[in-house]
Amino acid sequence: MTKGILIAGFGGQGALFVGKILAYCGLIEGKELSWLPSYGPEMRGGTANCSVWISDEPVGSPQVLEPDYLIAMNYPSYAKFINKVSPDGMVFADSSLVEEKSDRQDIKQFLIPAGDIVVEKQLGNAINMVLLGKLLAETKLFSLETVQKAMEKCLPPKKAKFIVSNMNAIKVGMES
Amino acid sequence: MAVVFEKPHGLCDVPMHFCPGCSHGIVHRLVAEVLDDMNIEGDTIAVTPVGCACMSYDYFNCDVVCAAHGRAPAVATGVKRTNPDKYVFAYQGDGDLAAIGTAETVHVGTRGENIVIIFINNTIYGMTGGQMAPTSIPGQVTQTTPYGRDPKTAGYPIRVCEMMSTLDGTALVQRVAVDTVPHINEAKKAIRKAFENQKEKRGLSIIEILSVCPTNWGMTPLESIKRLQDEMIPYYPLGVFKDVTKEGEEK
Amino acid sequence: MKGNEAMAEAAIRAGCKAFFGYPITPQTELSAYMAKYMEKSGGVFLQAESEVAAINMVYGASASGQRAMTSSSSPGISLKAEGISYLAGSDLPAVIINVQRGGPGLGSIQPAQQDYWQATHAMGHGDFHILVFAPASVQEMVDLIIEAFDTSDEYRMPAMILADGLLGQMMEPVSFPDEVKIDKVDKSGWACSGHKMQREHHIVNSLYIEAEKCEEVVRKRFERYAIVEEKVHKAEVYMCDDADIVLTAYGASARVAKSAVNQARKLGIKAGLCRPITLWPFPKKELNEAVKNASDVLCVEMSMGQMVDDVRLAINCSKPVHFFGRCGGVIPSPKEVLEEIKKLAGGKQ
Repeated sequence: MTKGILIAGFGGQGALFVGKILAYCGLIEGKELSWLPSYGPEMRGGTANCSVWISDEPVGSPQVLEPDYLIAMNYPSYAKFINKVSPDGMVFADSSLVEEKSDRQDIKQFLIPAGDIVVEKQLGNAINMVLLGKLLAETKLFSLETVQKAMEKCLPPKKAKFIVSNMNAIKVGMES
Repeated sequence: MAVVFEKPHGLCDVPMHFCPGCSHGIVHRLVAEVLDDMNIEGDTIAVTPVGCACMSYDYFNCDVVCAAHGRAPAVATGVKRTNPDKYVFAYQGDGDLAAIGTAETVHVGTRGENIVIIFINNTIYGMTGGQMAPTSIPGQVTQTTPYGRDPKTAGYPIRVCEMMSTLDGTALVQRVAVDTVPHINEAKKAIRKAFENQKEKRGLSIIEILSVCPTNWGMTPLESIKRLQDEMIPYYPLGVFKDVTKEGEEK
Repeated sequence: MKGNEAMAEAAIRAGCKAFFGYPITPQTELSAYMAKYMEKSGGVFLQAESEVAAINMVYGASASGQRAMTSSSSPGISLKAEGISYLAGSDLPAVIINVQRGGPGLGSIQPAQQDYWQATHAMGHGDFHILVFAPASVQEMVDLIIEAFDTSDEYRMPAMILADGLLGQMMEPVSFPDEVKIDKVDKSGWACSGHKMQREHHIVNSLYIEAEKCEEVVRKRFERYAIVEEKVHKAEVYMCDDADIVLTAYGASARVAKSAVNQARKLGIKAGLCRPITLWPFPKKELNEAVKNASDVLCVEMSMGQMVDDVRLAINCSKPVHFFGRCGGVIPSPKEVLEEIKKLAGGKQ
């Protein structure tokens, strides 16, 4: 098993954090993995993205150029990366933001109204967690139990209160 | 027979390369005497500069680290931070301290680095053969100011003590001279105070010493002392510009 | 853990007692980590006023016998060149990290390998070498930092970790050795930390007024370099036994090259990879062994072609050495490299 995951969005939307959770899930399950953030000019005020590899083999280039799974948290990211997704890949995006849906038939697109969902369910701004939940539900990449452990690892004690709310948002995303 | 005069232990028993009439020898001796008086030679690390004093490693009897041009304060910082219980002093000339190493000088001051800087100001680059120094006085003729230093093109001299005394981290900022016996005695007192400050962890002490360079000034030693008195002291007034041990008294 | 943070932690565990730095992307996490943990471990952290000051503070700390380190990225390393020359000229150990970015000038802040020549051939004025280690994973960054301190101490010469923005920024699983044996080398014969009136004074110096004396010192140093060249060289050799096409690449580009080699093998092309882990000394022996059965060599770099010179020299141009590179902060993709491999393989058929 080798999966390349690309998570992209505006800075502050938590794209890097989603990547971190996935990387830690890989670590907990004894997989080979890498996590690489974009830190270029785009980090300063534009889109932020991060590449995550989860694999049974040692990871070569840490860049994910043709993702198996893409999480796009804004339309520019969706537009930029949709044609890079590898055949049979999956895309997870906020439907309310996707202005023009790609007509690619060789990939599966899961567009859910994540922005509306977080308002309705009072999940703060956890759009990233809702999309992560959807990814976990469709790909079965990691169990909720593993994700819970990863969440505990990734959040420092002073942010521990977010563990529960994030996990809630993930569960909501899984059911969307 | 009683010994009335001998070389301080702080100096090695080797001939110095300094020119006749040069002030370096006197200042070396004063520093070495202070190391002897305080009995700290074995706990002192000297950091030497680039310039005429670059060969001081053969003269100071304590351990010596030789720095690149202008970097002595940074090197001294590295030594002192990793050896906080030792005495560290940097010995620098005007080009080294106030031109190529200005940043390092200002920042050991602002950090209050607990070291001593001995600053030889003779208004000229000696080692390279007499070019304009950052402290050359307006009108001063040097190899690179053959018509006299013109502030319009060559800028004004830096008054180092005045500048350093504005920094919060400095403990003692004092300008002395080595032209007369009373001045030499005063210089030694200042150097002693600087090392005492280091002992008490008070911050940076910088002692600027107005010195002569007969060779590059093109003067006899006596003429050069006269120049120091007539031209340098009026431009660079002697005195204590800052002394944290006195600040309480004033208030 | 990010590569930059892992290097910082490894340095602390390797007994580094002083870190002097100056902020520059993409190595800043390293300084930040040091600021947080160095003092807790009994060491010194100081943000210097400049790169020039930072390397000279390292010089001072090292002269007093302490393990000292600084880190920067390409433009900052140029500023440190002066201090590195003085370290080499004074026979002082030190570890310098270069998390390379695109150049020249301010260049870009993305990963590049455009400082190879500088690191291995011209790290300052004068005749000297420094040890250059090139990690290709976060784990290797940790291992090589420890090795760099040890080797640097042993041979009294500066060591550089030549990393890049990709390795510095990425996270990978990493484990630290439980116990690192430090201070293996006795420095009491030269360190300047006060003689306590019990020995002659020590002098740390790179100045020799007499030309003959200066030459003698340089020659002696080069005798030591010869020993280093013999003893310190390392490369990872991957699938080269039967390879027709051997790739050479170091650091981040070696990861890309390895991916390309794996993809080539799936297509039935016999490709392999020789990855230098030490760049100076260059692993000539390993490389010659690796290319023994190859028809072509392909050097992949994130530059316009720098290491490729050493590859040609090392194998004495016994095989055609081709080059593929991206520069300025652009990372080559495995696909691009695979295309180059295919071209070479196609040419044979």
